[in-house]
Amino acid sequence: MAEMTMIEAVRAALAFALEEDPDVIIFGEDVGIDGGVFRATEGLVQRFGPSRVRDTPLSETVIAGLAVGASAQGLRPVAEIQFMGFIYPAVDQLVCHAARMRNRTRGRLSCPMVLRAPFGGGIKAPEHHSESTEAMLAHVPGLRVVIPSSPARAYGLLLAAVRDPDPVIFLEPKRLYRATSEEVADNGEALPLDSAFVLREGADVTLVTWGAMVVETLEAARQLAEVEVSAEVIDLGTVKPYDRAAVRTSVEKTGRCVIVHEAPLTGGFGAEVAADLAETCLTSLLAPIRRVAGYDTVMPYLRLEDRYMPSTDRILDAVHYVLEFE
Amino acid sequence: MARTRQTRTTDPGAYLDAEGTLLRELPDFAKSRDTLVALYSAMVRCRTFDSKAVALQRTGRLGTYASSLGQEAVGVGVASAMAPTDVFLPSFREHGAQLIRGVTLEELFLFWGGDERGNDFSLPKRDFPVCIPVGTHFPHAAGAALALVHKGVPGVAVAVGGDGATSKGDFYEALNLVGAWNLPAVFVLNNNQWSISVRRQDQTAAQTLAQKAVACGLPGEQVDGNDVIAVREATERALERARSGQGGTLIECVTYRLGDHTTADDASRYRDDDEVSAQWKKEPLVRLRRHLTQVHGWSKADEEALLRTCREEVDQAAENYLATPPEPAGEMLANLFESLPRDLARQAEELGDG
Repeated sequence: MAEMTMIEAVRAALAFALEEDPDVIIFGEDVGIDGGVFRATEGLVQRFGPSRVRDTPLSETVIAGLAVGASAQGLRPVAEIQFMGFIYPAVDQLVCHAARMRNRTRGRLSCPMVLRAPFGGGIKAPEHHSESTEAMLAHVPGLRVVIPSSPARAYGLLLAAVRDPDPVIFLEPKRLYRATSEEVADNGEALPLDSAFVLREGADVTLVTWGAMVVETLEAARQLAEVEVSAEVIDLGTVKPYDRAAVRTSVEKTGRCVIVHEAPLTGGFGAEVAADLAETCLTSLLAPIRRVAGYDTVMPYLRLEDRYMPSTDRILDAVHYVLEFE
Repeated sequence: MARTRQTRTTDPGAYLDAEGTLLRELPDFAKSRDTLVALYSAMVRCRTFDSKAVALQRTGRLGTYASSLGQEAVGVGVASAMAPTDVFLPSFREHGAQLIRGVTLEELFLFWGGDERGNDFSLPKRDFPVCIPVGTHFPHAAGAALALVHKGVPGVAVAVGGDGATSKGDFYEALNLVGAWNLPAVFVLNNNQWSISVRRQDQTAAQTLAQKAVACGLPGEQVDGNDVIAVREATERALERARSGQGGTLIECVTYRLGDHTTADDASRYRDDDEVSAQWKKEPLVRLRRHLTQVHGWSKADEEALLRTCREEVDQAAENYLATPPEPAGEMLANLFESLPRDLARQAEELGDG
């Protein structure tokens, strides 16, 4: 066991994957000698050589398209998009090819590729560097969208993503890259995809979240405990396809639900979670479902960033609303 | 904004002119009667498939179809130069190439008839299915080439796209990568002069499409795309370069789209019959047939036998396709991932087995 930050856990998982499978290759912008702008690939080119860890020309289209072509021919590329804000030229390749290659060839070709991208706000980055558009990708059939929220989950979920036989979009909440560290066993053990993580058990209200918002949500749960409110915190881990059963089971128990995400409210993935609960758990619900989300606007520049991000206080307000609803 | 259309006295890189007259010494492969007959037969087979596909579409028995009429020499020339270990990445107008690679007529009918099983090729297992979004398969060719290198397979990734595709970033960005990484990839342009209704000269001010290779540090070459010998010869050289570690090549095949863009298009809305009639005189089958007749004793009986064989084969494949029932609806979910995620179980149940 070693104490690791999330970025160190990502690096450890990448190294383990490169070590265990000669078909795993890494490419992206500045992933070689520079080790990636966040240092996710630091030291890997020295250890595994430039044929396994490779700088690409500055082209997101090519990074994603290269991953499609290489994975369809038997490699397991782990490609990096430097920031999610620059993923859009790659989206054409993801939607039109990665997501559908297996289906349109009836399994003859498939795309066992991972596209990693740091995402989300909270580090006072320049324009275009702080967006979280996971719901856009989650809407695409054939793509898995996985979002870790701790060093251990980053390690285990990334290994699962690399070993998965289908394309995975792996979004790393960059605010958490160095926020905390924890003991992570670098033993190659993956965590399950498509499964939610119950981070805290509780009886009075279910808080559903993912990514960096896990921090504010756990803090809200801690403060609620001080006033003897028992909140259950669920981290979806895999946003698509998500663990509906885990969320339903929890809400059937607590009767109340608040969904927290950093992405804009309207059409955010919280809408799907809320709709599913409304369809399947109506009789268990004691109050309307509330969503705490980013505002429906362009991600503000860094001076107003904090006002955009859902805060612990906003989560607490929503929890009190659902607790006091009659 | 009017621009003068380029004119040439002779087409670039041709061995046979439109009359079938020899313009220069043939490459060795083209001195063999058997090889030339095979190339000619492949083009006739492709054209027979094309006309059957259009007929089926016109009678409501096939989906929207993109004919390769007049451009048969491109696909046939390219694919006939390739080895089984190479990987082919077609755009949507390269039926002739796909047939040579071993895709069956029935699979082609299934694909154009709206059945995904048409992409589950029985023979060229590693070839990509047709790419519908224009030019987006060029980056895949770079990826396929990378995989070949990584796995130590002496193969080459060969992608074919149209003149319109050269206006897309995907094409430039992939070609740039092929150059930067010295990948074994050959990009072929089927320049049929029209991107639906937009003329080649309105697509780009570049003098040739082949020139676009220059900025990527690769050789680019323009050949007469109506001369199957020229296409094959240029492809062979490009493949040899790639196999010997010298990297990628761009080949522009200058041809002409004699048909509509697809069966959903009516080219008379935007181009003159006179232009098309003039191009009919340069089409690829006639010149090779004349050469075969003049030099290799290709007889009327040979011709009739070939046409009959192709027609019977295509008709049989069409019958098989038409007799193939659609897949069970559950297949639309069953193939999305290697195994069905729990999340999709309810939807799969709703679709059922029928």
